[in-house]
Amino acid sequence: MKAKEMVKKKVLAVSSAGGHWVQLRRLRLAWVNDCNVTYVTTKEEYRDEVFKDPEIVTTDDVRFVTIVAANRWQKLKLIWQLMSIAWLILKIRPDVVISTGAAAGYFALRLGKMMGARTIWVDSIANAEVMSLSGQRVEKYADLWLTQWEHLSSASENGPQYKGAVV
Amino acid sequence: MIFVTVGHELGFDRLIEAVDKYAKTHPEITFFAQVGSLNETSYIPQHIGHSEFVTPAKFESLFENADLIVAHAGMGSIITALTRQRPLLIMPRRGHLMETRNDHQVATAARFRSREGVFVADDETVFSDVLDEVLDIIGNTKLKKTSEFADTSLISAIRNFIHND
Repeated sequence: MKAKEMVKKKVLAVSSAGGHWVQLRRLRLAWVNDCNVTYVTTKEEYRDEVFKDPEIVTTDDVRFVTIVAANRWQKLKLIWQLMSIAWLILKIRPDVVISTGAAAGYFALRLGKMMGARTIWVDSIANAEVMSLSGQRVEKYADLWLTQWEHLSSASENGPQYKGAVV
Repeated sequence: MIFVTVGHELGFDRLIEAVDKYAKTHPEITFFAQVGSLNETSYIPQHIGHSEFVTPAKFESLFENADLIVAHAGMGSIITALTRQRPLLIMPRRGHLMETRNDHQVATAARFRSREGVFVADDETVFSDVLDEVLDIIGNTKLKKTSEFADTSLISAIRNFIHND
């Protein structure tokens, strides 16, 4: 085995609290145990479910970080959130950034991309008629750009892809 | 017991008021409502136990003990009800009423109303009729278990992407 393969990939998994978080957590079999994951969200109360997860073999490869909650009308909080995410990305240097939304995920994908990470956007299943605003805006910065609704996906390389849903 | 939840953020007066009215005329049913952030103009329920937010542990125990979940049409509430095998009655928040940013919950409700165990009240005017019907039905249905995880195809696609650079 090459030395490079023995180093676990670093995944930054980012979402706001509530439905986005519930969806992000349902994807965790894609990275648990064989990646080093840092969860970034806006609610401290989720810490327990992350570390008491029966799926994880060791907590050594799991980090949990909270950042300030912000919606698109809260400019100062958004700036603070952006700076926290920038700091985390500089510190962690993730190989992959993944998000289910919303603003925090958009920032994380843009900043991650800037720092050379590969990026995944899984648009929330709540957006059944049109991709979310963050989802539309993040298109250029998402290497894997996914919708959870087949009718919103595109057959071409350029549009959002459909690979299944969180539920 | 019926557990009412409006999600982790904003209140949802239309739903809470509809539940409160129903509770007034149905004293035999116990309700508990997580009502979201209250402000000076919020509707304060008189006939149901309530709090703005509950801890994850309390949330779990309320879910566990509930015969029915009543909720806004948010994905967190829907997914939690499906995985906990609890019947669910949802009412969508509306964009023009400033209950959320747009009508995405109307689309969500439309998409999920065909799922087993998911019922929809389109608005407060039909809420009590729908709740009557739902309470009639749910005693006899055993819900199938929904997985704790996303579709295997979606997880595989993400796993492959992470590992194949």
